[in-house]
Amino acid sequence: MNKLLILGGGTAGTMVANKMAKRLDAAQWQITIVDKDEVHYYQPGFIYVPFGVYRPEDTYRPKRRVVSKRVEMVFAGIEVIEPQANRVKLQNGQTLPYDILVIATGCEIRPDQIQGLMSAGWKKNIFDFYTPEGAAALSDFLESWEGGRVVLNVAETPIKCPVAPLEFVFLADWFFTRRGIRNKVDITYATPLPGAFTKPRASAALADLLKRKGIHTEAEFNISEVDGGKQVVRSWDGREIPYDLLVTIPPNMGVQAIENSGMGDDLNFIPTDKHTLQSRTYDNVWVLGDATNLPTSKAGSVAHFQHEVVVENILRQVKGIPPKPAFDGHANCFIETGFNKGVMIDFNYEVEPLAGTYPVPYVGPFSLLKETQINHLGKLGFRWIYWNILMPGHHMPVSNAMSMKGKQKLVPSLA
Amino acid sequence: MVLTKDAITKDVAFNAEGFMEDPRAWTPEIAAAIAEREGIQLTERHWLVINFARKQFEANGEAPTLRSITKNSGVDTREMYALFPTGPAKVAAKLAGLGKPTGCI
Repeated sequence: MNKLLILGGGTAGTMVANKMAKRLDAAQWQITIVDKDEVHYYQPGFIYVPFGVYRPEDTYRPKRRVVSKRVEMVFAGIEVIEPQANRVKLQNGQTLPYDILVIATGCEIRPDQIQGLMSAGWKKNIFDFYTPEGAAALSDFLESWEGGRVVLNVAETPIKCPVAPLEFVFLADWFFTRRGIRNKVDITYATPLPGAFTKPRASAALADLLKRKGIHTEAEFNISEVDGGKQVVRSWDGREIPYDLLVTIPPNMGVQAIENSGMGDDLNFIPTDKHTLQSRTYDNVWVLGDATNLPTSKAGSVAHFQHEVVVENILRQVKGIPPKPAFDGHANCFIETGFNKGVMIDFNYEVEPLAGTYPVPYVGPFSLLKETQINHLGKLGFRWIYWNILMPGHHMPVSNAMSMKGKQKLVPSLA
Repeated sequence: MVLTKDAITKDVAFNAEGFMEDPRAWTPEIAAAIAEREGIQLTERHWLVINFARKQFEANGEAPTLRSITKNSGVDTREMYALFPTGPAKVAAKLAGLGKPTGCI
């Protein structure tokens, strides 16, 4: 029996497992997922939890219910991958051999990497919203907060879902307005980026939106430490920002097992071929989702576009055919902008976000780089699509590679 | 004859942000000329970082990130900001004739 071993049963790992369950001969291939957590989180939902739009229980399901019955599941932490020996050692003492390995171990926040972040104020007036616990604790805090200075800080790039910090400040503006205390709240967005976002065109359009909502942007802010006593964050170039509430996006790193295995870069991200998604070092190892070192967004949409390439290339490998360089860096994201509106962006390795419509050129229903209600409804409706179409591996009527059809090169105002 | 800064960089192609177009055309003299333009007086510590960046580039084709420099070169973050106050990884890459470091996606 041949063995396909998938490390990580999150968005990327689940999609690969379910597709493979349909396409690999059951008499010849055994498929196994390893994950330490029995719960599958709908991570795009975390952004809504602090503001009470979703409750924490709206964001998860048992992993076993999301994965095909044909796939064996092992719930255990990973100790080390030994790619030369084609095996993985687990923290429960088990050793799993493989013929083909898929690494979809994602990334995690590392508040320990910033001096002072986990000091006295941690989970009191310093919160993250990238973990279910952090998002829930922040929700409790915001429910009764009377106002003051809220600082959203991105510690270091790259981060999972690079638009989430923007969504947070936009939704905060809406949330405090609805609660009638917007005039008592200062919102500051402190980022190491030179502007609002990583891509220049989208950045200009989003900067304008931030300004109109009265959100202050502190650009090129590289945090050196949090001083919980004085309630300030400091940057390496000597700036200080005072806060009453600090919402942090700590450094995002690949998991410890990747470091243990000597397979990652300085942030434990795995060197991966940009177009085939094969490991740059081991031919029978495939990498996708947040675990790669690729210069595209760490986002569910990217994992989705990648998984089709990984599935095809593994099937080719089984038949002895060379992999197809089919991945183009395609990413798209809904950006919640508050007051029941949203913006959508669509881009790849080469092409920045442009105006247009998605997924059907000239038709939509979603508008790119433009603030509309339909975009917001798209993001809310996406949860159903995630659980019922994406995870089971049903066909999505969108193109895998980015399309230039109907796209405008001019940057419209977001108004 | 001592060449002036302008004479050294006369035939070197730079992009709009001041990064060299072709990292292979780099020489230490060009680094010194770029440093002058950036208002940096080069010391032994600057050269340590520049040489580290060049080596990293030769090994994997990319400019190193700040994290990679501070983890592997013996120069810590505080010192990097003292050496290159306007943006350590970016300016180090610029002086080493490399493109802008990625990791900003």
